[in-house]
Amino acid sequence: MKPQSTFMICAAVREGQLESLRDLLRSMNISHKKNGLVNPDNSLIPFSRFPNLHMARLVIIEATTADDIKAFGLEPKPWSPTLAFLGDIDGDRNDFFDQLVELAEQGLTQIFSFCIGFPDANSNTLKHWLQTHDVVPDANYINWLGRTVKQVHEEAALHQCLAEYLPQAVDDVRHNTTSPLSLQQQLRQSLLSYVEMQKQTGRLILTAPECTPCRWQLRNLLHKIGIPLVLLLLLPLFLLIAPIFLLRIRMLEQSDPELFIRPTREHIKQLSAQEDWYVTNQFNVFGYVKPGLVRLLTFKFILLLTNYIARHIYNHGFLTRIKTIHFARWVFLDDNQRVYFASNYDGSHESYMDDFINKVGWGLNLAFGNGIGYPRTRWLIKEGAAREHQFKYSQRRHQFPSEVWYKAYPDLTATDLARNHRIRLGLEVRQASDADISEWLSLI
Amino acid sequence: MRKSGDFEYDDLQGLVRFAYGKLPETCFMLLNIADASAAKQWLSNAPISNAVSTDPLPKTALHIAFTVAGLRQLGLTDAVIESFPDEFIVGMSGDESRSRRLGDVDENAPTRWQWGGDSDNLPHVLLLLYAEKNAINNWRKTVEDSFFSTAFTLLKELPTTDFRNAEPFGFADGISQPLIDWARQQSTDAHDRDSYSNLLAIGEIVLGYPNEYSQYNPRPLFNPKTEPAAMVLPNAEDQPALKDFGRNGCYLVLRQLDQDVPGFWQFADQASDHDSDKRQQLAEVMVGRHLDGSPLVAKSKIDIPGIDSNDANNLFTYNDDPQGLKCPISAHVRRANPRTGEMTPGHSNWLTRFLKILGFCNKRPDDDLVASSRFHRLLRRGRSYGPVLSPDAALKPDAPVAERGLQFICLVANISRQFEFVQNAWVMNSKFGGIQLERDPLLGHRRQLYDGDSTNHFNRSDPTGLTQKICALPQFITVRGGGYFFMPGLRAIKYLAALPNHGSDKVS
Repeated sequence: MKPQSTFMICAAVREGQLESLRDLLRSMNISHKKNGLVNPDNSLIPFSRFPNLHMARLVIIEATTADDIKAFGLEPKPWSPTLAFLGDIDGDRNDFFDQLVELAEQGLTQIFSFCIGFPDANSNTLKHWLQTHDVVPDANYINWLGRTVKQVHEEAALHQCLAEYLPQAVDDVRHNTTSPLSLQQQLRQSLLSYVEMQKQTGRLILTAPECTPCRWQLRNLLHKIGIPLVLLLLLPLFLLIAPIFLLRIRMLEQSDPELFIRPTREHIKQLSAQEDWYVTNQFNVFGYVKPGLVRLLTFKFILLLTNYIARHIYNHGFLTRIKTIHFARWVFLDDNQRVYFASNYDGSHESYMDDFINKVGWGLNLAFGNGIGYPRTRWLIKEGAAREHQFKYSQRRHQFPSEVWYKAYPDLTATDLARNHRIRLGLEVRQASDADISEWLSLI
Repeated sequence: MRKSGDFEYDDLQGLVRFAYGKLPETCFMLLNIADASAAKQWLSNAPISNAVSTDPLPKTALHIAFTVAGLRQLGLTDAVIESFPDEFIVGMSGDESRSRRLGDVDENAPTRWQWGGDSDNLPHVLLLLYAEKNAINNWRKTVEDSFFSTAFTLLKELPTTDFRNAEPFGFADGISQPLIDWARQQSTDAHDRDSYSNLLAIGEIVLGYPNEYSQYNPRPLFNPKTEPAAMVLPNAEDQPALKDFGRNGCYLVLRQLDQDVPGFWQFADQASDHDSDKRQQLAEVMVGRHLDGSPLVAKSKIDIPGIDSNDANNLFTYNDDPQGLKCPISAHVRRANPRTGEMTPGHSNWLTRFLKILGFCNKRPDDDLVASSRFHRLLRRGRSYGPVLSPDAALKPDAPVAERGLQFICLVANISRQFEFVQNAWVMNSKFGGIQLERDPLLGHRRQLYDGDSTNHFNRSDPTGLTQKICALPQFITVRGGGYFFMPGLRAIKYLAALPNHGSDKVS
């Protein structure tokens, strides 16, 4: 297995250069539109030439809701609009940076020259600059650990190939009445031999999974055992402070000012102009962490757990009840005062909100309840998102558009990817019964 | 807060409570307000029907709803207008992104609509008249009094025909409707709503009441101290110091849907090798019900709240048909209301429920892909139009071409979460419930996906696993017009009628 990695290159934009940068970024899009859909063959970063890249986006993070902190009696803190180039890739991040330099040095140089500190006297190469400006997420979610872009494309091609051949196979089998095998068994055989034939002629490729890198395995194991071990060691301490901590949180929940601010129509229009072009949409939100150490520690701790369960438990097709997210990340910025969340989800924004509120409202309350503007929660998991309009207003207000967005497989949902993989498994592993073959056939 | 107090039916427009099945004749009019003061005078005396049940049944009914342009024309200030939700203010056709989301693209595009497509020139008023057989003309004369002709100009009379509970393709229609929980007896707590219920919180249809989240939707509220005229309005239940303009009002979504009846039956015929039984079967699985309206799946083994145990046409869910063997997942009625509860069926105790919340314990990989129905219900009040054409007549090559279809009307309290969600996440979505490249066989447009995957398919699952794939489905239904209206409560209409006239009353 070739595990995925993630990157997020962040740098503040030079003063007065924001609009020129925006124009440059938008020139990468299809017909320069504000819909954010990149032309994958654009000359600045030709995304289609990166075979390991699942999704990527360029965003300009601005503190549009900075004044919200006044409700807490604090003055808004300065924030320079920041360019972030982020994405999800197969394999090692440094290999990807090499590729970036090889295929897009000029374009990246042009883009980053709008940023403060580029070129940097200390980083003599673009790669070094990328490495030093890479921000590691506090929590990261991958829909399917180790499913490569290559595999996605190969399995989609397999599905299509089988779907096209199946009617003929059915015809052939129905005419061959002499076989002692059942209809299902004959069909499976017929499909198997067709796939073999296609493979031999090179029309179909099904690459075997690579070996998992030992270093990754070791680190993953250490993480898997280490975190619970540390938590276990700290358990007595946790138990000791938990009552006080929870009480404090509950008090804060009751006393924190509530914000019920409606987003402007112009803002909504800007966001929805980018939605529902592919079967998948991109999503960015950015805002303040609520002031105070208790909130910050709670937030950090919850994201530590989120990261842990996403890495070790929810790494094969679902994040609790949600099966529509391809990649997601939470990143603390600005010295832990602000947080950025990005995801790629299937379906419309309204259906994402439905998933959020109705299927994982409790998880969302945990993961965002410590952010300013989030509707009031009760005991960290109750209410919150279920305060529908407050939640939707706040969510939209904190959301911002991507300047440029790339997805390597625009027409495929996470459910499609999982199904195509099951189809492949059905080829490789013999089913126990005719009923199981039927189940497999129904996927095609 | 649970109380079984009497509902204010006398403040609610009757259309919310009644479908007027006994009043087969209708006249739907799109009007512009030509003279706002005359319009208000007419409005103050208009015989708009309330929802009080009477014996004998009424012989006529009148209902009225306004677009945002209409409310402005009557003199509702921008500040008040701004407390309506965006989708109502912008309108059905006012934003390209909304059109894309609703599937109003290509043939369905607002630029091709007969009405409502130009968001700068929306009709102001929708007037709905209902009457007994042969009585509509007299009723219309009564309604169109002397003020009326000064007040309004008729933009368009939307055609309607009495199809006797069927829709133009020939299927029984209007069978499944949510039952509004007027007495507020059902809990909205998710823990109590694991399985499908047809009983729906009032606030899902009518403004000013708690919805399925136990929340009140935003709506215009007035402080009677600064707006004394608002004293005629009821108090806001959630903020008793304020007067509630929205209470007992709801949104009315109207779409004129042209149905290609010959196209539908001829396609079904050709796709089933001209075998009449197979043809009917195919049409029925596309719709998701038999011609007579009976369901394709077996009767539910358990009771469903809000559905009478004798109502064989409604006492069912798709719980025992997860693969769509009996009723395809893509079938129209299954998409429009998947009859899902908060949780997937089949957990026995708190532990398995808890594990399900964490995403485990599902039987099939495609389980739990569809949202819970209760947040996405529509109360439908549509009427068909055009000359009746039986399926047999539609099959003839010289079947008479005519404009026929459905004046689709639904009543909701939240346009985006209810109508727009159903339209985009369920009806138009080519990946609904984990299916592959199919849109609603009836309502769907057939636009390709971004990279060119075609979506003009309809798949019928089979126990052998050999899905029957029907390809090259034409578009059978085309949008001809549409709009978002607000149908106020009767006291809110009184408030509107008493609004002061502002400068730009007369429209030249």
